[in-house]
Amino acid sequence: MLKSLIVAVLIGFSLMAGASAGTLDVVKGRGFLNCGSNPGLAGFGLPDDKGEWHGFDIDFCRAVAAAIFDDPTKVKFLPLSSKDRFTALQSGEIDLLSRNTSWTLSREVGQGFLFTGITYYDGQGFMVHRKLNVSSALELSGASICVQQGTTTELNLADFFRSNNLPYEPVTFATGDEALKAYETGRCDALTTDASGLYAQRAKLTNPADHVVLPEIISKEPLGPLVRQGDDQWFNLVRWVNFAMVNAEEDGVNSKNLEEKTKSESPEIKRLLGFEGNFGEGLGLTRDWIYRIIKHVGNYGEVFDRNLGDGSKLKIKRGINSLWTKGGLHYAPPVR
Amino acid sequence: MFPVSGVPRFGLMIGFQPFSLKRSITKILAGKGLAGEVLARWYNPAWRNTAVQVLFVLVLAAILAILGWNLRANMLARNIPTDFSFWNDTAGFDINQTPIAYSPLSTYGRAFFVGLLNTLIVAAIALVLTTIIGVIVGIGRLAENRLVSLLAATYVEVLRNIPLLLQLLFWYNAILKPLPGPRQSLIMPLGAVLNNRGLFLPRPSFEAGAAGVAGALAIGLALAYLVWHFSILKPGWPRNLLILLLAVGPAIGFSLHMPPLALDFPILKGFNYAGGFRVSPEFVALLLGLSLYTAAFIAEIVRAGINSVPRGQSEAAASLGLPPGLTMRLIILPQALRVVIPPLTSQYLNLVKNSSLAVFIGYPDLVQVFTGTVLNQTGAAVQVILITMAVYLGLSLMISFAMNHLNRRMAFVER
Ligand SMILES: N[C@@H](CCC(=O)N[C@@H](CS)C(=O)NCC(=O)O)C(=O)O
Repeated sequence: MLKSLIVAVLIGFSLMAGASAGTLDVVKGRGFLNCGSNPGLAGFGLPDDKGEWHGFDIDFCRAVAAAIFDDPTKVKFLPLSSKDRFTALQSGEIDLLSRNTSWTLSREVGQGFLFTGITYYDGQGFMVHRKLNVSSALELSGASICVQQGTTTELNLADFFRSNNLPYEPVTFATGDEALKAYETGRCDALTTDASGLYAQRAKLTNPADHVVLPEIISKEPLGPLVRQGDDQWFNLVRWVNFAMVNAEEDGVNSKNLEEKTKSESPEIKRLLGFEGNFGEGLGLTRDWIYRIIKHVGNYGEVFDRNLGDGSKLKIKRGINSLWTKGGLHYAPPVR
Repeated sequence: MFPVSGVPRFGLMIGFQPFSLKRSITKILAGKGLAGEVLARWYNPAWRNTAVQVLFVLVLAAILAILGWNLRANMLARNIPTDFSFWNDTAGFDINQTPIAYSPLSTYGRAFFVGLLNTLIVAAIALVLTTIIGVIVGIGRLAENRLVSLLAATYVEVLRNIPLLLQLLFWYNAILKPLPGPRQSLIMPLGAVLNNRGLFLPRPSFEAGAAGVAGALAIGLALAYLVWHFSILKPGWPRNLLILLLAVGPAIGFSLHMPPLALDFPILKGFNYAGGFRVSPEFVALLLGLSLYTAAFIAEIVRAGINSVPRGQSEAAASLGLPPGLTMRLIILPQALRVVIPPLTSQYLNLVKNSSLAVFIGYPDLVQVFTGTVLNQTGAAVQVILITMAVYLGLSLMISFAMNHLNRRMAFVER
């Protein structure tokens, strides 16, 4: 209640303050980026015991900071629950929300945001205890299901059971951790959230092997960063940071071979690294903005691998998150 | 307020005469012109007070209007909804405790009422429970028996010094952990079932026979009344028994023919028990947490109230030979009540507001449903928060009003 009140007052004041200067100028003047992130989702966003943030969504914010400041540490992360994330962006508390958030129509037209792109193609799934002997979500008739509020998950869940004509009991919690805990104590038969999140949450259980993720994916959850409407320059910058990282992977440029690639004769790589054409300045950045991103953070594949893929505990397959050249969905417009 | 003539005079002064500071000041001091008139009346305290207050309200209203207008303009510019049209849109999500019919096809407005009712249900029961516990513990602290008073003191110190949220989480887990899953449920007497999904009770429901039985009962009662009124039965007959038979006989007869009530028993269906009436673990945890926590404060208030009653009162009662229990009930508590009610009111208000912590243990109260899911889905943060604040304000005012009424009735009537 108190928190909602504070948020409301904050929105009130920030909205009353009227149109502000361009976000990029504000960020540059401030000297760091304010990024809204997940405080409790291994692989996507999680501070370690030293208070340092790690994750796929975290690295995206670091990439934006690298492009602007040539320093990936110039980011302040604001921990946000699913429920509070949008108000934080609306009120201007953060410049950018990078928190496993699904791109939907209502979040753009209804709430005044713009998603800058899709960084992770996800879908909603269910996790159950192995001893329940359930092999399909369609067998969950009458089950109690733990779910986190303020998510698309909550809506998909209702849709799924309604369209399959199955009774169920939703038990709704404010944070993912509370939902997970209730699931673990046996309050619910199943836990539902984005499939990526299920793997991350399962790793937190005392006995991860006792729990299975069911095969059904009941929704499309295109996750990506989002910004407030009305600042095209900022929108473009954030959007192209993502495209730059995907293009770098496609062109085989990564943080390890970067120096070597600066000598490349390929026009595409020359443009990417700022030796030909002047693209960065159009975005309000420098010519070497992509060079900075790759140097400090890496290309899309590296970020995926480090946080979610083989280089991480989660070992999530690239699958549809591969580049289009490898049968996946990631396809970035060219830098030219 | 101002005579109309004052205004043009003021205008003329500036318009046609060369401005002279000295002349204007003399004029104002002489009570001429608009400024002069204001100054003249300023010496009248009643006028001055009214003027200042009117001015204050006007300025405040103007500031609010400017802020509100600005807010709206900025929200529009950022494509954030500014109206209440979301109220009639389809909610699309489910709620697991619905005192009124609700489904994902219902509107956000209906979801609001479901949340509101859930808040009212838990708050109303908790208010009664916490008062009972608080009074018992408060009296316990003053008990002659050392053990009892020590226990009561420990209760107060422990419960009021631990944050409520922690207590709620504690109760929630304390309730959930030991309870078995649905398939190993504890079967209780009368067909009740207990497991970690809740306590399931048989639910009575009216059947087709209900109307017939009610009619038969009415006819029976009427007949019995007539027989009794006109003293139709001869003395010597078992009159009372016969009249009773006449009154309920038809109803009993009819219900044997067509049962008025049926019990809907909970039965295991797949994962969970279905049917019956369910009390959820979330509800019980919230109820317990709120009641026990608030009771610690109420106990202190009750203790202070009792202590405020002069010793002479209980000594006088004792000398009249009144036993201690009766003294407490008839002499001490009624007098203590006068001191207790005002601070008790604050505790009641706290309880109602604290019920909004429900969201942390998954109970679908107003804050969870409305400022949680509805706000998040509609993006109408300002509207949703305004409505929620108005609801809590309204609830608080209603409680204050009721308690003030009680307070006035309890006040000493000087004779
Ligand atoms: N992608 C969905 C769901 C996002 C979401 O909130 N996911 C959960 C579970 S994967 C989460 O982040 N929980 C962590 C927390 O809030 O503590 C959305 O945008 O609504």
